Amino acid sequence: MALIDTINPLLTTGWAKGDAGWSLKDYEARGGYAQLKRILASKMSQDEVIAEVKKSALRGRGGAGFPAGLKWSFMPKAAPEKYVVCNTDEGEPGTFKDRDLLRYDPHSTIEGMIIAAYAVGAKRGYNYIHGEIFDIYQRFEEALDQARAAGYLGDRILGSDFSFDLFAHHGWGAYICGEETGLLESIEGKKGQPRYKPPFPANFGLYGKPTTINNTETFAAIPFIMSMGGEAYLNLGKPNNGGTKLFSVSGHVNRPGNYEVPMGTPFAKLLEMAGGMRGGRKLKAVIPGGSSAPVLPADVMMECTMDYDSIAKAGSMLGSGAVIVMDETVCMVKALERLSYFYFEESCGQCTPCREGSGWLYRVVHRIEHGEGRPEDLDLLNRVTDNMMGKTICALADAAAFPVRSFIKHFRSEFEYHIEHKKCLVDPEVQRVGSGFFKAGAA
Amino acid sequence: MNKQYDMLSPEALGKIDREVAKYPADQKQSAVMAALVIAQDEKGWLPKETIAAVAGYLGMPPMAAYEVASFYNMYDLHPVGKYKLTVCTNLPCALSGGVHAADYVKGRLGIDFNETTPDGKFTLKEGECMGACGDAPVLLVNNKRMCSFMLPEAIDKLLAECN
Repeated sequence: MALIDTINPLLTTGWAKGDAGWSLKDYEARGGYAQLKRILASKMSQDEVIAEVKKSALRGRGGAGFPAGLKWSFMPKAAPEKYVVCNTDEGEPGTFKDRDLLRYDPHSTIEGMIIAAYAVGAKRGYNYIHGEIFDIYQRFEEALDQARAAGYLGDRILGSDFSFDLFAHHGWGAYICGEETGLLESIEGKKGQPRYKPPFPANFGLYGKPTTINNTETFAAIPFIMSMGGEAYLNLGKPNNGGTKLFSVSGHVNRPGNYEVPMGTPFAKLLEMAGGMRGGRKLKAVIPGGSSAPVLPADVMMECTMDYDSIAKAGSMLGSGAVIVMDETVCMVKALERLSYFYFEESCGQCTPCREGSGWLYRVVHRIEHGEGRPEDLDLLNRVTDNMMGKTICALADAAAFPVRSFIKHFRSEFEYHIEHKKCLVDPEVQRVGSGFFKAGAA
Repeated sequence: MNKQYDMLSPEALGKIDREVAKYPADQKQSAVMAALVIAQDEKGWLPKETIAAVAGYLGMPPMAAYEVASFYNMYDLHPVGKYKLTVCTNLPCALSGGVHAADYVKGRLGIDFNETTPDGKFTLKEGECMGACGDAPVLLVNNKRMCSFMLPEAIDKLLAECN
């Protein structure tokens, strides 16, 4: 779905014409590639570009929220071979913003990557695109051809002495490749198993060379930051949380979709933009930052603003900006069972605490959901997460643990009811109606 | 041409060459993911010999290519029907009918997940997040075609189109 509603559009300015506005000429008509031209023509220094991005307080939009300018500044200046990599392996349940970014406006990401390559001194880059959105991968390749033909990519870009080329690489179904070093392994043609860190990619990245890797939305914001200036971009949001952000709203709302709002926008406003609760039902819980983020009960969520600091203070994470909205028809045990299955299925198998622990979590939640839970199971689940968190190479073990701990913490009575009565607290017929799949009264 | 690669058509090898060209000359292995997809599209699935042929073409050990083929979910290491339908049942989709859509397809085709209809036409798979939760329910046809808002009428229409 193209643009539905927005406040202060930047990233979504190109979305207004839906599928008819993505090509190079459309992008140029709305000011695209002007910043790249300005940087090259004025021979802006690499440090000046990085300083502007630092000023913007742009934080990584993929989930970790690490300051982008700071990340760029870690790249060693002298290294002869460096890479820029974009992470469009968007597989965090609830997240679907980068798909629309590349669908409606691929060139803003391309321009952002070229500017990043200029700033860090990279000559080659890759955009790793989630395998499940193959049509988006194909469109991105078309956009790359357009940019190359227009002289924005390749040798001596726009007559300058800066050369950079960019290619698309697709995944083929592995959540773990969203982890940046797993993604780099995958580009190298291997299983996407994350690497030990340090060394971080800025020192040892793709093919062992210094690499800057950012999320699609982070790169897409760069042309806008260079256009309006870092300070103006920062001021759109709130201190330490610069700019606007895309939020993917899914679940029990009337209008699921992507919404671009300034950082610090109240959650209540975002919910209203998404059309409010489906069928006017009551909000029960929200996962505010993708399935790995701890769930928050309705009353806590309604007090939050949508920015890194507010959501962290409430005990969760802004993550990728994937807002999963659940109403009173949801059985929290069943919801957790599905998420736990996901982490069990997607654990790469490299670290024992994650490989075995994610299976334990799924099997125990599964037996509670299916009426075979034991009174000690909730403590068992928490103990298993204790043995997983912080004990593995990457964050997938923590990502599997956070939902379990937070669902039990906030909805413990619902789990206890399940164990005691061997059935859902929420009537199965109520749950069935909640999905909206069946027309009222249909079998 | 080396006879070993005869099992892949010149068109497929040409496509693989285009993928290889994206990477540094000494990093041909980077093209293995795309090459396996190209081979799978041509063969319908990935027999071990095909994986070995792809590995040989890229100058990598067959086991290294098999590791890749068995790690990523959308490579088919066993034969599948003419139409492989993968329905996302993850939580955001389930909130908008993903599980019910899968149940509906199961009912229409008379098969469960990981089964193929007796006529070899359809295989049904349960999928993980496809990054399209706002369009739920979503399903993929043969890995590459995403179908959005798959309520009963849309599913009926899709199944009727699959010949």
